[in-house]
Amino acid sequence: MGKKMNKNSYIREVPRASWFLKQPRYIRYMAREVTSLFIGAYTLMLVIAIKRVAEGPDAFQNFLEILYSPLGILFNISTLLAALYHSTSWFNVTPQAMPIQWGEEFVSGRIIVGAHYIIWIAISILILVFGV
Amino acid sequence: MSKSNKPIVWGLFAAGGMATALVTPVLTFLTLLTALHFTPSLFTYECLHTMASYWIGKLIIFVFVTLSLWHSAHRMRITAHDFGIRSDLLIAIILYCVAAIGTILTGFSLLSIH
Repeated sequence: MGKKMNKNSYIREVPRASWFLKQPRYIRYMAREVTSLFIGAYTLMLVIAIKRVAEGPDAFQNFLEILYSPLGILFNISTLLAALYHSTSWFNVTPQAMPIQWGEEFVSGRIIVGAHYIIWIAISILILVFGV
Repeated sequence: MSKSNKPIVWGLFAAGGMATALVTPVLTFLTLLTALHFTPSLFTYECLHTMASYWIGKLIIFVFVTLSLWHSAHRMRITAHDFGIRSDLLIAIILYCVAAIGTILTGFSLLSIH
Protein backbone atom coordinates (compact mmCIF):
# COMPACT_ATOMS: atom_id res chain seq x y z
CA MET A 1 0.00 0.00 0.00
CA GLY A 2 1.31 3.44 -0.95
CA LYS A 3 2.26 5.42 2.08
CA LYS A 4 1.83 8.81 0.40
CA MET A 5 -1.79 8.24 -0.51
CA ASN A 6 -4.14 10.37 1.53
CA LYS A 7 -7.90 10.30 1.67
CA ASN A 8 -8.17 12.91 -1.08
CA SER A 9 -6.22 10.94 -3.67
CA TYR A 10 -9.21 9.88 -5.69
CA ILE A 11 -11.03 13.21 -5.82
CA ARG A 12 -10.82 14.58 -9.34
CA GLU A 13 -10.56 18.29 -9.89
CA VAL A 14 -13.68 19.44 -11.73
CA PRO A 15 -13.89 23.04 -12.91
CA ARG A 16 -16.91 24.56 -11.18
CA ALA A 17 -18.19 26.81 -13.92
CA SER A 18 -17.02 25.05 -17.10
CA TRP A 19 -17.43 21.33 -16.32
CA PHE A 20 -20.12 20.91 -18.99
CA LEU A 21 -17.82 21.87 -21.89
CA LYS A 22 -16.25 18.40 -21.81
CA GLN A 23 -19.15 16.50 -23.33
CA PRO A 24 -21.70 17.44 -26.01
CA ARG A 25 -24.57 16.04 -23.93
CA TYR A 26 -23.59 18.22 -20.98
CA ILE A 27 -23.49 21.23 -23.31
CA ARG A 28 -26.99 20.36 -24.55
CA TYR A 29 -28.17 20.03 -20.95
CA MET A 30 -26.80 23.48 -20.10
CA ALA A 31 -28.26 25.00 -23.28
CA ARG A 32 -31.64 23.67 -22.15
CA GLU A 33 -31.20 25.19 -18.70
CA VAL A 34 -30.08 28.56 -20.07
CA THR A 35 -33.32 28.89 -22.11
CA SER A 36 -34.97 29.68 -18.75
CA LEU A 37 -33.09 33.01 -18.63
CA PHE A 38 -34.70 34.10 -21.89
CA ILE A 39 -38.14 32.78 -21.00
CA GLY A 40 -37.93 34.45 -17.58
CA ALA A 41 -36.89 37.80 -19.07
CA TYR A 42 -39.59 37.51 -21.74
CA THR A 43 -42.26 36.81 -19.12
CA LEU A 44 -41.18 39.92 -17.22
CA MET A 45 -41.59 41.80 -20.50
CA LEU A 46 -45.16 40.45 -20.70
CA VAL A 47 -45.76 41.55 -17.08
CA ILE A 48 -44.69 45.08 -18.05
CA ALA A 49 -46.83 44.95 -21.21
CA ILE A 50 -49.92 44.07 -19.14
CA LYS A 51 -49.11 46.85 -16.67
CA ARG A 52 -48.82 49.34 -19.57
CA VAL A 53 -52.17 48.17 -20.97
CA ALA A 54 -53.70 48.82 -17.55
CA GLU A 55 -52.17 52.32 -17.54
CA GLY A 56 -53.72 53.28 -20.89
CA PRO A 57 -53.00 53.69 -24.62
CA ASP A 58 -50.15 56.22 -24.18
CA ALA A 59 -48.28 54.03 -21.71
CA PHE A 60 -48.68 51.05 -24.05
CA GLN A 61 -47.36 53.13 -26.96
CA ASN A 62 -44.25 53.94 -24.87
CA PHE A 63 -43.79 50.22 -24.30
CA LEU A 64 -44.01 49.59 -28.06
CA GLU A 65 -41.35 52.25 -28.74
CA ILE A 66 -38.91 50.26 -26.57
CA LEU A 67 -39.90 47.06 -28.39
CA TYR A 68 -39.08 48.72 -31.76
CA SER A 69 -35.48 49.46 -30.69
CA PRO A 70 -32.64 47.27 -32.08
CA LEU A 71 -32.25 45.80 -28.60
CA GLY A 72 -35.95 44.94 -28.52
CA ILE A 73 -35.71 43.20 -31.90
CA LEU A 74 -32.55 41.31 -30.87
CA PHE A 75 -34.19 40.28 -27.59
CA ASN A 76 -37.24 38.91 -29.40
CA ILE A 77 -35.14 36.99 -31.94
CA SER A 78 -32.98 35.39 -29.24
CA THR A 79 -36.02 34.58 -27.12
CA LEU A 80 -37.75 32.98 -30.11
CA LEU A 81 -34.71 30.72 -30.69
CA ALA A 82 -34.45 29.89 -26.97
CA ALA A 83 -38.20 29.17 -26.80
CA LEU A 84 -38.01 26.81 -29.79
CA TYR A 85 -35.09 24.97 -28.17
CA HIS A 86 -36.99 24.77 -24.88
CA SER A 87 -40.10 23.38 -26.60
CA THR A 88 -38.34 20.68 -28.63
CA SER A 89 -36.11 19.59 -25.74
CA TRP A 90 -39.09 19.61 -23.35
CA PHE A 91 -41.29 17.47 -25.61
CA ASN A 92 -38.47 15.07 -26.40
CA VAL A 93 -38.10 14.01 -22.76
CA THR A 94 -41.84 13.63 -22.07
CA PRO A 95 -41.71 9.79 -22.35
CA GLN A 96 -39.16 9.73 -19.51
CA ALA A 97 -40.90 12.45 -17.50
CA MET A 98 -44.39 10.96 -17.71
CA PRO A 99 -44.48 7.39 -19.01
CA ILE A 100 -48.04 6.24 -19.77
CA GLN A 101 -49.04 2.65 -19.07
CA TRP A 102 -51.73 1.05 -21.24
CA GLY A 103 -52.69 -2.35 -19.87
CA GLU A 104 -49.47 -4.30 -19.40
CA GLU A 105 -47.39 -2.27 -21.84
CA PHE A 106 -45.97 1.21 -21.75
CA VAL A 107 -47.10 3.49 -24.57
CA SER A 108 -44.29 3.97 -27.10
CA GLY A 109 -42.20 7.09 -26.53
CA ARG A 110 -42.67 8.09 -30.15
CA ILE A 111 -46.44 8.34 -29.68
CA ILE A 112 -46.10 10.50 -26.54
CA VAL A 113 -43.57 12.83 -28.17
CA GLY A 114 -45.59 12.94 -31.41
CA ALA A 115 -48.78 13.80 -29.56
CA HIS A 116 -47.04 16.74 -27.88
CA TYR A 117 -45.75 18.04 -31.20
CA ILE A 118 -49.24 17.79 -32.72
CA ILE A 119 -50.79 19.70 -29.78
CA TRP A 120 -47.97 22.26 -29.99
CA ILE A 121 -48.55 22.87 -33.72
CA ALA A 122 -52.33 23.01 -33.25
CA ILE A 123 -52.09 25.63 -30.46
CA SER A 124 -49.56 27.66 -32.45
CA ILE A 125 -51.77 27.69 -35.56
CA LEU A 126 -54.81 28.58 -33.45
CA ILE A 127 -53.03 31.55 -31.85
CA LEU A 128 -51.63 32.64 -35.23
CA VAL A 129 -55.07 32.50 -36.86
CA PHE A 130 -56.66 34.57 -34.08
CA GLY A 131 -53.65 36.76 -33.43
CA VAL A 132 -52.36 37.94 -36.79
CA MET B 1 -43.96 13.53 9.64
CA SER B 2 -42.19 16.53 8.20
CA LYS B 3 -43.75 18.16 5.18
CA SER B 4 -41.78 19.01 2.07
CA ASN B 5 -42.53 21.93 -0.23
CA LYS B 6 -40.89 20.11 -3.14
CA PRO B 7 -44.10 18.81 -4.77
CA ILE B 8 -45.45 22.39 -5.02
CA VAL B 9 -42.25 23.81 -6.51
CA TRP B 10 -41.89 20.81 -8.81
CA GLY B 11 -45.55 20.92 -9.87
CA LEU B 12 -45.33 24.61 -10.81
CA PHE B 13 -42.05 23.91 -12.61
CA ALA B 14 -43.55 21.09 -14.68
CA ALA B 15 -46.80 22.89 -15.47
CA GLY B 16 -44.87 26.05 -16.39
CA GLY B 17 -42.45 24.09 -18.56
CA MET B 18 -45.36 22.59 -20.47
CA ALA B 19 -47.28 25.88 -20.78
CA THR B 20 -44.19 27.77 -22.02
CA ALA B 21 -43.22 24.93 -24.38
CA LEU B 22 -46.68 25.04 -25.97
CA VAL B 23 -47.26 28.81 -26.12
CA THR B 24 -44.04 30.85 -25.80
CA PRO B 25 -42.60 30.21 -29.31
CA VAL B 26 -45.73 31.50 -31.08
CA LEU B 27 -46.01 34.41 -28.62
CA THR B 28 -42.38 35.46 -29.19
CA PHE B 29 -42.99 35.18 -32.92
CA LEU B 30 -45.93 37.59 -32.60
CA THR B 31 -43.98 40.06 -30.46
CA LEU B 32 -41.06 39.83 -32.90
CA LEU B 33 -43.47 40.78 -35.71
CA THR B 34 -44.61 43.68 -33.51
CA ALA B 35 -41.01 44.78 -32.94
CA LEU B 36 -40.51 44.74 -36.74
CA HIS B 37 -43.61 46.97 -37.21
CA PHE B 38 -45.74 44.16 -38.70
CA THR B 39 -48.02 44.49 -35.68
CA PRO B 40 -50.37 41.50 -35.43
CA SER B 41 -53.89 42.37 -34.24
CA LEU B 42 -53.34 40.49 -30.96
CA PHE B 43 -50.60 42.84 -29.87
CA THR B 44 -52.49 46.11 -30.24
CA TYR B 45 -53.72 48.08 -27.23
CA GLU B 46 -57.37 47.59 -28.20
CA CYS B 47 -57.12 43.80 -28.53
CA LEU B 48 -55.10 43.27 -25.32
CA HIS B 49 -57.40 45.60 -23.41
CA THR B 50 -60.53 43.81 -24.67
CA MET B 51 -59.04 40.41 -23.84
CA ALA B 52 -58.07 41.48 -20.33
CA SER B 53 -61.46 43.04 -19.70
CA TYR B 54 -63.14 39.60 -19.66
CA TRP B 55 -62.74 37.31 -16.65
CA ILE B 56 -61.75 34.38 -18.83
CA GLY B 57 -59.11 36.53 -20.53
CA LYS B 58 -57.75 37.72 -17.17
CA LEU B 59 -57.62 34.12 -15.95
CA ILE B 60 -55.77 32.81 -19.02
CA ILE B 61 -53.21 35.64 -18.92
CA PHE B 62 -52.72 35.32 -15.15
CA VAL B 63 -52.28 31.55 -15.15
CA PHE B 64 -49.87 31.61 -18.08
CA VAL B 65 -47.72 34.46 -16.71
CA THR B 66 -47.62 32.91 -13.23
CA LEU B 67 -46.63 29.44 -14.45
CA SER B 68 -44.03 30.89 -16.80
CA LEU B 69 -42.51 33.04 -14.02
CA TRP B 70 -42.27 30.17 -11.51
CA HIS B 71 -40.95 27.76 -14.10
CA SER B 72 -38.13 30.04 -15.15
CA ALA B 73 -37.35 31.14 -11.57
CA HIS B 74 -36.95 27.54 -10.45
CA ARG B 75 -34.91 26.58 -13.50
CA MET B 76 -32.65 29.63 -13.16
CA ARG B 77 -31.98 28.57 -9.57
CA ILE B 78 -30.79 25.15 -10.81
CA THR B 79 -28.83 26.83 -13.63
CA ALA B 80 -27.00 29.09 -11.15
CA HIS B 81 -25.97 25.98 -9.21
CA ASP B 82 -24.77 24.31 -12.41
CA PHE B 83 -22.60 27.34 -13.19
CA GLY B 84 -20.85 26.87 -9.85
CA ILE B 85 -22.73 29.48 -7.82
CA ARG B 86 -23.18 27.92 -4.40
CA SER B 87 -25.16 30.59 -2.52
CA ASP B 88 -28.39 28.73 -3.23
CA LEU B 89 -30.47 30.32 -0.47
CA LEU B 90 -29.73 33.86 -1.67
CA ILE B 91 -30.34 32.92 -5.32
CA ALA B 92 -33.60 31.17 -4.38
CA ILE B 93 -34.84 34.15 -2.36
CA ILE B 94 -34.03 36.63 -5.17
CA LEU B 95 -35.57 34.54 -7.97
CA TYR B 96 -38.72 33.50 -6.09
CA CYS B 97 -39.20 37.10 -4.91
CA VAL B 98 -39.01 38.39 -8.48
CA ALA B 99 -41.51 35.70 -9.52
CA ALA B 100 -43.81 36.65 -6.63
CA ILE B 101 -43.62 40.37 -7.44
CA GLY B 102 -44.34 39.61 -11.12
CA THR B 103 -47.33 37.48 -10.14
CA ILE B 104 -48.78 40.14 -7.81
CA LEU B 105 -48.14 42.95 -10.31
CA THR B 106 -49.89 41.00 -13.07
CA GLY B 107 -52.84 40.32 -10.77
CA PHE B 108 -53.25 44.00 -9.86
CA SER B 109 -52.80 45.16 -13.47
CA LEU B 110 -55.43 42.70 -14.70
CA LEU B 111 -57.88 43.66 -11.94
CA SER B 112 -57.61 47.34 -12.89
CA ILE B 113 -58.58 46.64 -16.52
CA HIS B 114 -62.34 46.88 -16.92
